[in-house]
Amino acid sequence: MMPFQPVMLATDALIFLLLGLSGGFAWYARRHAHLRAPWRRVARSRTAMGALVVIALYVTIGLLDTLHFRAASGTDEQGNTRYAGEILSVLDLIATPLREQSEKTYSAPFATHLYARETIELPQGGQVRDFPRLQWGGAHLADPLADRAGDILLRTLLGIGIGLFAWLLLLALLLRRSAQGWRQWWSDEESGPQRSAAWVGLLMLILVGLSLTLAGAYHVLGTDKVGEDVYYQSLKSIRTGLVIGTLTTLVMLPAAILLGIMAGYFRGWVDDLIQYLYTTLSSVPGVLLIAAAVLMMQIYMSNNQESFNSLTERADMRLLFLCLILGVTSWTSLCRLLRGETLKLRQLEYVQAAQAFGVGHFTTLMRHILPNVMHIVLIVVVLDFSGLVLAEAVLSYINIGVDPNTNSWGNMINSARLELARDPLVWWSLLAAFLFMFVLVLAANLFADVVRDAFDPRLRERS
Amino acid sequence: MSEGPAGVQETVLEVSGLCTELGPQDKPVRAVDGVDLHLHRGETFVLVGESGCGKSMIALSLMRLLPSTGRVVQGEVRLQGRSLLDLPEVEMRRERGGGIGMIFQEPMTSLNPVMSVGKQVAEAVELHDPAHAASPRARVLELFRQVGIPDPERRIDEYPHQLSGGMKQRVMIAMALAGRPGVLIADEPTTALDVTIQAQVLQLLRDLQAETGMGILLITHDLGVVAEMADRVGVMYAGQLVETAAVGSFFKQPRHPYSRKLFRSLPDAGKRELGLDIIKGMVPPLNQAFDLCRFRDRCEAAQAVCGERLPPWQGDPQDGYRCHLAVDRIELQASESARHAPAAADAGQPLMAASDLRVHFPIRKGVLRRTVGFVKAVDGLDLALYPGRTLALVGESGCGKTTVGKALLQLLRASGGRVDYDGANLTQLRGESLRRLRREFQIIFQDPASSMNPRMLVGDIVAEGLRAQGIAGDRRAEQARVLQLLDQVGLPASSVGRYPHEFSGGQRQRIAIARALAVKPRLVVCDEPTSALDVSVQAQVLNLLKTLQAELDLSYLFITHNISVVAYLADEVAVMYLGRIVERGPVERVLNAPAHPYTQALLASVPVPDPDDRREVLRLEGDMPSPANPPTGCHFHERCPRAEARCRREYPARFELEPQHEVSCWLYAQRD
Amino acid sequence: MMAYIVRRTLYAIPILIGVNLLTFLLFFVVNSPDDMARMHLGAKRVTVEAIQQWKAERGYDRPLVINTSAEGMRRFTDTIFFDKSLRLFAFDFGQSDSGRNIGHDISQRMWPSLAIAVPVMLVGLLVNITFSLLLAFFRGTYLDFWGVVLCVTMMSISGLFYIIGGQVLLGKLLNLFPISGYDVGAHAWKFLVLPVIIGVVSSIGSGSRWYRTLFLEEINKDFVRSARAKGLSEQRVLLGHVLRNALIPILTGVVVVLPTLFMGSLLLESFFGVPGLGSYTIDAIERQDFAIVRAMVFLGAVLYILGLLMTDISYTIADPRVRLE
Repeated sequence: MMPFQPVMLATDALIFLLLGLSGGFAWYARRHAHLRAPWRRVARSRTAMGALVVIALYVTIGLLDTLHFRAASGTDEQGNTRYAGEILSVLDLIATPLREQSEKTYSAPFATHLYARETIELPQGGQVRDFPRLQWGGAHLADPLADRAGDILLRTLLGIGIGLFAWLLLLALLLRRSAQGWRQWWSDEESGPQRSAAWVGLLMLILVGLSLTLAGAYHVLGTDKVGEDVYYQSLKSIRTGLVIGTLTTLVMLPAAILLGIMAGYFRGWVDDLIQYLYTTLSSVPGVLLIAAAVLMMQIYMSNNQESFNSLTERADMRLLFLCLILGVTSWTSLCRLLRGETLKLRQLEYVQAAQAFGVGHFTTLMRHILPNVMHIVLIVVVLDFSGLVLAEAVLSYINIGVDPNTNSWGNMINSARLELARDPLVWWSLLAAFLFMFVLVLAANLFADVVRDAFDPRLRERS
Repeated sequence: MSEGPAGVQETVLEVSGLCTELGPQDKPVRAVDGVDLHLHRGETFVLVGESGCGKSMIALSLMRLLPSTGRVVQGEVRLQGRSLLDLPEVEMRRERGGGIGMIFQEPMTSLNPVMSVGKQVAEAVELHDPAHAASPRARVLELFRQVGIPDPERRIDEYPHQLSGGMKQRVMIAMALAGRPGVLIADEPTTALDVTIQAQVLQLLRDLQAETGMGILLITHDLGVVAEMADRVGVMYAGQLVETAAVGSFFKQPRHPYSRKLFRSLPDAGKRELGLDIIKGMVPPLNQAFDLCRFRDRCEAAQAVCGERLPPWQGDPQDGYRCHLAVDRIELQASESARHAPAAADAGQPLMAASDLRVHFPIRKGVLRRTVGFVKAVDGLDLALYPGRTLALVGESGCGKTTVGKALLQLLRASGGRVDYDGANLTQLRGESLRRLRREFQIIFQDPASSMNPRMLVGDIVAEGLRAQGIAGDRRAEQARVLQLLDQVGLPASSVGRYPHEFSGGQRQRIAIARALAVKPRLVVCDEPTSALDVSVQAQVLNLLKTLQAELDLSYLFITHNISVVAYLADEVAVMYLGRIVERGPVERVLNAPAHPYTQALLASVPVPDPDDRREVLRLEGDMPSPANPPTGCHFHERCPRAEARCRREYPARFELEPQHEVSCWLYAQRD
Repeated sequence: MMAYIVRRTLYAIPILIGVNLLTFLLFFVVNSPDDMARMHLGAKRVTVEAIQQWKAERGYDRPLVINTSAEGMRRFTDTIFFDKSLRLFAFDFGQSDSGRNIGHDISQRMWPSLAIAVPVMLVGLLVNITFSLLLAFFRGTYLDFWGVVLCVTMMSISGLFYIIGGQVLLGKLLNLFPISGYDVGAHAWKFLVLPVIIGVVSSIGSGSRWYRTLFLEEINKDFVRSARAKGLSEQRVLLGHVLRNALIPILTGVVVVLPTLFMGSLLLESFFGVPGLGSYTIDAIERQDFAIVRAMVFLGAVLYILGLLMTDISYTIADPRVRLE
């Protein structure tokens, strides 16, 4: 019998597909000089390598949150294992304390007491209006007022120590095989980007270390209205952000590429038809098209409740649908770009030379057009990512984003803004969502900039 | 031009020890390395050299207009005694346009597209001509008249796109003259223009120089332009001047081995049976410090001393060369002779023949996009290509010669007429039957940069035709054939696994030739295959084409605007003007005794690399009309100095002057 | 030119028909009006009669495309398709699901939308051009570098945080402006200042960076070198030649969104409680008022196509090279 039963949600499957495709592409690119060269340029950028480390941490957390399973909850009469209805992920498992240690309602970061006064029954009888102690946050402290600062300092130092130790260990492991040795790696020009990556990595590892020592004992980012840990919510939102940012592009790519290069290559009525298609789609304001589609989906889902096994699956379907509909609204610009580029390419002499050999249309498209527009596709994919992450927040705010049960930064903001009028301000949910989003989007933007410069030959010629 | 009495020549520009670097400080490319030159008043000094030799960088260094990565690291520039490199930027701006005017290679992109040309010239007037600064219009009109822009009152308010290339270059010249500069720098001013327009612009520069007495620093790669314009010449190689001389002695006796090789690689009629000289190897990269002669590795005359130290400058700075060897000790080997099969007197049956070929592109207008007219790129053209022979199709840009090539090969479908090949009319063929025939005729393009897919390996590029036509056989046979082809065009077998961008322009053109030959065609259309190449590289490609023709009995349609290439390579010539052939005949007849006034003007416009041959001949005025709206009657009558009333009414019939020499011109009507 | 405009206008017709069919499919075919009614009425009161009544009140009780029970032309006109979709072509938006006249609402609400969107666009344009021109002037220096870093940082912040941050900082802590609300007439300005500031600031990151790239693209062209060669100062080169050329893509990029300014800004209006079309749309989405969403989809498409047409025309005005054929 197995202690757990793996579960593959629809978005999980697509993420694994995406991983497989990226891996395949990387393997292919390694063997082709013209594909490898621009990535080399990316690797020579300090900004890009630093940003990549940040993105890598996000992706790792997102992937941990993608391995879903049902835990075994006992055996039935026939001796078969029964599994819990609740679907968990590996991340949930790791962050079990965060997930389970819910308070009653709001509490500030590192607080030991609730944010609102309550009537407390005194042990010796009688009542008093006061801020009650938190059930979990700082519960290990005997005298919170006196001990808290010292305890936090100690745990912080410990966390930094853990981070530093892990960093040194990792560095030693990575540099073990390099022939040049420490000293040279430390000083020479060529390893600059690697050093930038190492420094950012140190920062990330310290953050991980701090999470280990602090997050279990305190609510480092406070708790929300129902007492759930905000740090846990922020971590869980990472997967949602990444899924929207990547799967949207993945689902729209085939249509955009195929239609774009067909319109540019064949021209004539094919071009007219495809242009009509994308002009029509892009003439509907994006938000309204998404709103209309999401409203329709909500109706469909509420009428077909029975086809979903669990809330998690339902929320997952809604996430996937949102990616689809975002893809429908965003493929048109890429399609238009590719059409324009193909129009230029088909005039080039090597396409005419192929024509002079009697090479067929399909072969010409695959051999001469597609490989020469792929850099545009890549640039657009990378540039779109951050825009999509930001869009998720806005859509969730208008209630046409992800399912309210799904953890996402948009949902965090949405529920927090209702408390904006409160005095004193409940600011930590907003701050948490802001920080997590900002770091990811900034890293993605910086990385995208470098990728564009490396792949856009027009820019390269200029410098 | 005006030599002036010796000794009293006024030096207007003096450059000494100029060094210019590009790129990062720690890994610089030294584009200009220690250049000294003088320019006298009223004199034309021509810098000549192949691409990348640093000649444009000299011009930009003088103007202090280097790209942001570039800087002058050493040397001095004196303009009428003032040291330009030490001036603060504010004062330097006064010298730009005021002391030195400059015109550039690309008139198409050198003017602001959204500002009227009058206003752009007026800006220069306002800056440098205080007398006219308040109301510059009159002065701009005067400048326009001075540079020969017809109808200046109308042109002054037009935008650059409304002017032809020649007119734009005249506007650029007007702009440069606005400040009445003592020095004019002209950086390849006619390279982007057709020969007839080039002749106009060069004549204009000479006239203006005679009028104003300015010194001209002309930069070019064309020895013909040198002969036509120069008083003195400087030859650039790899960032250095390797020879300076007065033009007469330079053309009589070039001294530096590089200069000599340049002359010997120029194609002309006299070398038809010989083959052209080539310069082996490539220009060394300039990101290194040299301690030997830069030309040594490519030099046939190199001796032991060349491997020991830097070559000295022999002779006067104004008249000397950079070489260890005395002039009489420089010995160059005889040209590697290209195999040339003399064309058979009787050509036999044509391999491909076009009759009344038309390619019209519709012009659509109005709500319903109705066709209201046609751009008649090719309009009723007859020609025949014979096995083993070369027909050169000559004409200026826009005359439709490239369209002819593509229409013959069915890369563009004809609007009318027929193309007969092997008993089939190609214009009627579709689908599989045409596809199968395609292996018989191939094409080589002009631009070696865009003629190959940058994402494909050279081996795959060469094999593309084999695979498409299904004649490769198995993988090993295919591989063997690719290697054999590469060998045939003189490329190493290791090229197979490399990408096109790793090769130089000339090598890429060889790959393109190998690709075309892979399917064993009988006919190859060569569409300006050498016009993007330097002369020494052009020589390699021309030699190769000639050798291959002799070996494989190929038939060439050679599309070009370069008359000297025609003289070297072609058996027959057809001259095109506005979609039609106006004259056709054996090469020696057409080039030596041109009959059509257009052919005569075209040939007269070509600058000849011989300074004694500065002919004041028929210059063609105006530009070629639009093929969308050709003139009635003879298309050429508006520019023809010998046009008669009949020419305005009727398109001339074809008259045979000699066997196979035909011309479409009414001048020859009475002979019938 | 006229022929071109006529042709483009005619081309708009099939696109609008496409949009119309798309919305019809989305709203009436993917889900039936019964589903909508059930959704609206909530789980408790769903009886067949309630659904029928809900549909009848809103005219959703008719057949979709062909009314077999009617005679003559009414076979086609007395249908949901005709009544709810085709009427849009006459800008007859009908009644909202809550019974209000949509056309009247739109004509009322577009003014507050414009009062915010127009200043945001104009001030934003000015600020972005100035800032990016400054960066272009100092290209390659530290000022340029940190300016770009600032731009990338600013464009990495979600628009929501600009609004929340602005409200908290300028409205709540500094107490400079009212946090939300709207007024007509002389007092309107104090409700407008904060949303306009926020709208402009949130556009600086991406806007200035984009304009900077446009300027740098022009700076590297040959004609700029010619302008320098005649002795023009760097300022005159930038303002007289570079700006003039870069303005073509900038202005045409503005023109294309001009008509859609009517639609208002969803976020600004809803956060600041401005009764414009943006908050109208959001309210409709939240109340699941399909009639309004349909109307706004159609209106948005019309305005977008208008924007495309105006872009083409503005090209001929801004760029002497372009002749529309």
